[in-house]
Amino acid sequence: MKTNVAVIVLGVLLGATFGLGVYTFVYARGHSYLSNDPRSCTNCHVMQEYYAAWLKSSHRSVANCNDCHTPHRLIGNYATKATNGFFHSLAFATGNFPDVIQIETRNRNVTEGACRTCHREITLAIVQPHGTGDVSCVRCHFNVGHLAASYVVSNR
Amino acid sequence: MDPNPPASNRWLLFLTVALAALATVAIAGLLINIFGHTQEAKNAFFKVVELNDNIEDPAIWGKNFPMQYELYLRTVDQKRTCYGGSEALPHSPTKGDPREIVTASKLEKDPRLIEMWAGYAFSKDYREKRGHAYMLTDQTFTERQKVVRQAGTCLNCHASMVVPYRKLGNGDLFKGFETINYMPYSEARKLATHPVACIDCHDPGTMELRITRPAFIEGMRALKASQGMANYRVDTMATRQEMRSFVCGQCHVEYYFKGPEKELAYPWAKGLKLENIVAYYDEVKFKDWTHAETGAEVLKAQHPEFETWNQGIHARSGVGCADCHMPYLREGGLKISDHWVRSPLLNINRACQTCHRWPEQELKDRVEEIQTRFFDTRNLALDALMDLIHDIKAARAANLPDRDLATARAFQRKAQYYIDFLVSENSMGFHADQYSVKSMAEAINFCRQGQLTLRTRVPSRQASAAQ
Repeated sequence: MKTNVAVIVLGVLLGATFGLGVYTFVYARGHSYLSNDPRSCTNCHVMQEYYAAWLKSSHRSVANCNDCHTPHRLIGNYATKATNGFFHSLAFATGNFPDVIQIETRNRNVTEGACRTCHREITLAIVQPHGTGDVSCVRCHFNVGHLAASYVVSNR
Repeated sequence: MDPNPPASNRWLLFLTVALAALATVAIAGLLINIFGHTQEAKNAFFKVVELNDNIEDPAIWGKNFPMQYELYLRTVDQKRTCYGGSEALPHSPTKGDPREIVTASKLEKDPRLIEMWAGYAFSKDYREKRGHAYMLTDQTFTERQKVVRQAGTCLNCHASMVVPYRKLGNGDLFKGFETINYMPYSEARKLATHPVACIDCHDPGTMELRITRPAFIEGMRALKASQGMANYRVDTMATRQEMRSFVCGQCHVEYYFKGPEKELAYPWAKGLKLENIVAYYDEVKFKDWTHAETGAEVLKAQHPEFETWNQGIHARSGVGCADCHMPYLREGGLKISDHWVRSPLLNINRACQTCHRWPEQELKDRVEEIQTRFFDTRNLALDALMDLIHDIKAARAANLPDRDLATARAFQRKAQYYIDFLVSENSMGFHADQYSVKSMAEAINFCRQGQLTLRTRVPSRQASAAQ
């Protein structure tokens, strides 16, 4: 009898936790992060200016956020979403990030990889004669996806 | 079911309850955090007080704009960069100067400045710069006030002047400006209460940027006229992005006091470059003072950041003062401009990295390299100027008549104005790096030419040159 009460109490507690979790997930539009819609990235307003700049960029009709910022293979795609999702949430919740956000090495490599997937024919021809050294696409083509500054300039 | 479950089951139960409780706390915390972030993005503005053109106190404006106001207050912070800013130095208050904190003397650091300004008040007291919060105090208590009777004009750029101008002019900014110009400083000072405040840059009704300094309106009219645009009105015709520099350009400029009315005027009728400004001063035959050691009629440059920035790559690219000195920052879901006006070097992420995609250290190193190159060249130019001054002094001592000294003195006037302009300019050459270094090279050349004219006139030198 005692145990039954305990199990019911436990059930209620776990149910509450689960319910709260589901509510939080829905309230935070968690499902949108499983999609491919660029607007999901602007759920958090830090990304708004990058989204706005992308809308004005040369790549807007051929590539969205995921095309350049997540690997094109299934596992890599969700692993990157999960890792970035966790660290971005952590940064945003704690407020511990610079105002002008900076891409880090792992994510830069993902983007470099994306350039070289779609533009394979051109990049192979460039990279091969130079070896695999530190040739970088985005070092020169930094504004093809979105340039925060171009957003700032055009909106003032 | 066993009415007495084993102890291990009971522990498992407790553990599960504890974990579930922790998870609930964490999820609830996250929910509230997300809720907070979504709320931050809303309610940008609460109107608490009705503002108008008679309210000068920034604390009252700050009730409507608390975030901007708090940042504005932070201009009291004193911090150095490699070449700019200052550290707070203790000062024992005296009757004439109650300040407890001052900045280091630039004259002690570089005595060549004393010789350059010989016979002028700046050779008595010239200190490192600090934030907007101190502009009025530092002007009130500088030693320069004791050496020379300063004019009320000086307040134009060291105090919030909209209310005093309007009061004195019965609502007319220009009239008030003219009245204050020829008042003695000590008398005019009583009319001013605050350092530059919200009202000096913003319209109280719309918060749009606006021009409140008559001298700037006149200066820009003359400048645009020289470029072929007649009747330009900066207060109605400037674009929003231009205004983000023009509000600063009302004060961070070169100026002089025109005529017996001591009207504050900006010497821009021929252009903003050094050669244009010197040509203008020569044409109107203006001098700030007569050099005590050489007798040359010389000029003092003030703080020509606006003119210098105009010669640089940032101006050319459409980057205004506020873009680097008041970059956007995020307060929750809002973006506001940073009203803590300061060196971009203290704020590299927001000031530089919006456009320049390099690590902070790399950007800082680049700036300091530019500044060090200018600093070294400026030092050569100051040495050259000292040599010219010494030679003119010697020629005077040898009783060379004034007419033989005239050309050398004219070169001194030009050389020292070029040097002074960029020594007083507050970026150590960064606002326009190549222009600044080129100007120092020209100054060195003026000194050399000045020395050459003496060489052919002083008899003993002629002899040594012939040998």
